Amino acid sequence: MVDQIDLVWPVLLPLGFAALTACLWGAIGAQRVVTIAGVIAQLYVSLRLLFTILETGPLAIQFGGWAPPFGITFVADALAAVLVATTGVVVLGVGLFALYDMRQRHAHSGYYPLFFGLVAAVNGSFLTGDIFNLYVWFEIMLIASLGLLAISRTPAQIDGAIKYGILNLFGTILFIFALALIYGSAGTMNMADLARILPELPLTPGVAAAALMLIAAFGVKAGAFPLFFWLPASYHTANFAVGAIFAGLLTKVGVYATFRVFTLLYEAEAPVFSLVFTGLAGTTMLIGVIGAVVQTNIRRMLSFLLVSHIGNMLMGLAIATPEALTGATFYIVHHIVVMANLFMVAGAIAAVSGSDNLGRIGGLLRSQPLLALLFLIPALSLSGVPPFSGFWGKFLLVDAAFRAESYWLAFIMLLAGFLTLYAVSRIWMEAFWKDAPIKLSARRRLPPVYAVSIAVLGAVTVGIGLFAQPLVELSITASAEMLDPASYVAAVFGEPEAVRLGESLPGETQ
Amino acid sequence: MSFLYAIAVAAYAGCGLYLMLSRHFMRVILGLALMTNGAILMIFFSGRLGSMMPAIIPFGDTALAFDAANSLPQALVLTAIVIAFALTAFTAVLAVAAYRRFGGLDIARIRAAEDLGSPFKPASRKYPSSKNREKKRHG
Amino acid sequence: MNSVILSATARIFFTAMLLVSIWILFRGHNEPGGGFVGGLMGAAAFSILAFASGVPTARRALILHPIVLAGVGLALAALSGLPGLFYNDSYLLHHWGYVPLGFTEIKVGTTMIFDLGVYFVVVGGILSFIFRLYEEQPV
Repeated sequence: MVDQIDLVWPVLLPLGFAALTACLWGAIGAQRVVTIAGVIAQLYVSLRLLFTILETGPLAIQFGGWAPPFGITFVADALAAVLVATTGVVVLGVGLFALYDMRQRHAHSGYYPLFFGLVAAVNGSFLTGDIFNLYVWFEIMLIASLGLLAISRTPAQIDGAIKYGILNLFGTILFIFALALIYGSAGTMNMADLARILPELPLTPGVAAAALMLIAAFGVKAGAFPLFFWLPASYHTANFAVGAIFAGLLTKVGVYATFRVFTLLYEAEAPVFSLVFTGLAGTTMLIGVIGAVVQTNIRRMLSFLLVSHIGNMLMGLAIATPEALTGATFYIVHHIVVMANLFMVAGAIAAVSGSDNLGRIGGLLRSQPLLALLFLIPALSLSGVPPFSGFWGKFLLVDAAFRAESYWLAFIMLLAGFLTLYAVSRIWMEAFWKDAPIKLSARRRLPPVYAVSIAVLGAVTVGIGLFAQPLVELSITASAEMLDPASYVAAVFGEPEAVRLGESLPGETQ
Repeated sequence: MSFLYAIAVAAYAGCGLYLMLSRHFMRVILGLALMTNGAILMIFFSGRLGSMMPAIIPFGDTALAFDAANSLPQALVLTAIVIAFALTAFTAVLAVAAYRRFGGLDIARIRAAEDLGSPFKPASRKYPSSKNREKKRHG
Repeated sequence: MNSVILSATARIFFTAMLLVSIWILFRGHNEPGGGFVGGLMGAAAFSILAFASGVPTARRALILHPIVLAGVGLALAALSGLPGLFYNDSYLLHHWGYVPLGFTEIKVGTTMIFDLGVYFVVVGGILSFIFRLYEEQPV
């Protein structure tokens, strides 16, 4: 029973640190010290959860002593646990990066409490086993991220926050409508309970409409093709540390929710969903990367690449074979680390050359050879060049696509990968190879904190690439659990006969 | 009763959508708030309307009356209202901030994020000096 | 606001609303009420004070910075669930006990800490918005 307590900490700890940093409102130095302690503790509890789950299989914990279908449940299976662990790694990297990027005035706008609030919301979304609770975490994430996005209060950030806010709010409204339809049909909000009830129900218009609304709602969150416009309109305005944490985590929460709901509640293998996801994945991959190649601002380009690679993950759901889901899980983990890292590299480029606009910078290979190396690792990994993590992710996905005879998806993915390579090589040529168009008055140094945090995430990418086997095995476990909802249901309800409605857990004192 | 409820949900969602299509940010916020209310009513509606007895345990009793209303949709609705309230407050603050910076709330004329690093600038502006760029950002 | 009537009655309103908000907070476990509603009432009390006598007066009356208050509340709410986690493996499972006062007993529980935490979060969160909106100069 002690193992289950591990489930609470990845959410409770950042909430506690958010409270603590808010209490230390006037003392910014103290907030920084607490933040360093917080990100390290966060990494520890996240990895601890992963190792516990590896040992025991899926776990669940009930809140407030209520028996499963009534109270809020937290469930961790391999997919949730590996994403929480990856979040822990990225939070450590970005937390260190932000120590230099976030100045006094940002802390006065509430950066540190919002940062921890965002981490709590992301982990809450990964771990929750109640679909209404998922909505609540989405909204907490939205509030925290709006605050973080507009943290410098520049006109561009206010504009970005407006676009980000309106479209994401519309997505969550669709989510509530879908929840109302699901609740009206099934009478429960617990995902494990829904996994038992929904597949038995006839596909009434209400249930089908709920499924499509959920696709739209999660599509907005994930940045899938027709709904991604808020993403490139806002991410490039954020401060660099904020952009890195957004690029790493926020869209992946939408992807995770899609995976969770369409393996547990609905069956992604059903022909209609398969068709929808194939269309979404193909168009997202293609449109995203086409948008990327014309951009001249590094972060705008990276935002479009981010959108394109969301399509790669959705491709796993479109094919929905065990191999495809394995590849998609691997790809999500790889992509969180690499995207956060690339946004940090963009911050480092802007720090040493004064701009992140490709037309205005250059000559960094000569002046910043270390930064060039640190850029190459995530950039090549993103385009899927062999020794790095992206290669294995793409290899698994393409392999799965060929086995399932989805040649078109495989072709689009390889084409998008090629264009990704073209886009990042443009960054390489413009920022690093060509001579600087503007002579800087003073040579700027790469802040050591930047180098360390970028190197940490780069080392994770190289590590995954060279020793891919453990993560591949983990992804295989995750995909097996996704395709067999029984293990998830058993984690929540225990043995089937143990569920007696209305009975409280042993130890209820009232 | 159910019919009345359905009409209310439809009216909320319809008016909300109409307002959201406006170019004025304030109207968009009102539209979002209306549409959220429609969704909230819909959750309440999904819990089935029936009993008019509040889901409160009377003083002295230890259990809820048998024919009391279903308390779960009420809890869900309450949560959604709280969250919608917080988000509406936040977007209102955002609107004030936008009004102070852009001098108006016409979404089509708020283009600061769009212009930042846009690849579709005329060639002469490709390498603007930092001073020009600042001016453009704030202008 | 330069209304004599408003500023004269604001203090009375402030005190009355604050007391009522605390009453609502503590009746919340068995009767309608609780931390959120009480917190809204408390925030309304402070915003009336800010409206009538200015934001600096209201900030002085609040003593803590609103964000610090929200942080304290969040910490209280989070801590109130820990006993349940350690004794029953279920976070937020609340414990109850009786405090004898000689002539009578008072029922106290960790839910009260939770409600107090929610109250602080709501007061702090709303006031951090409202104070900033009041302080904005008219454009």
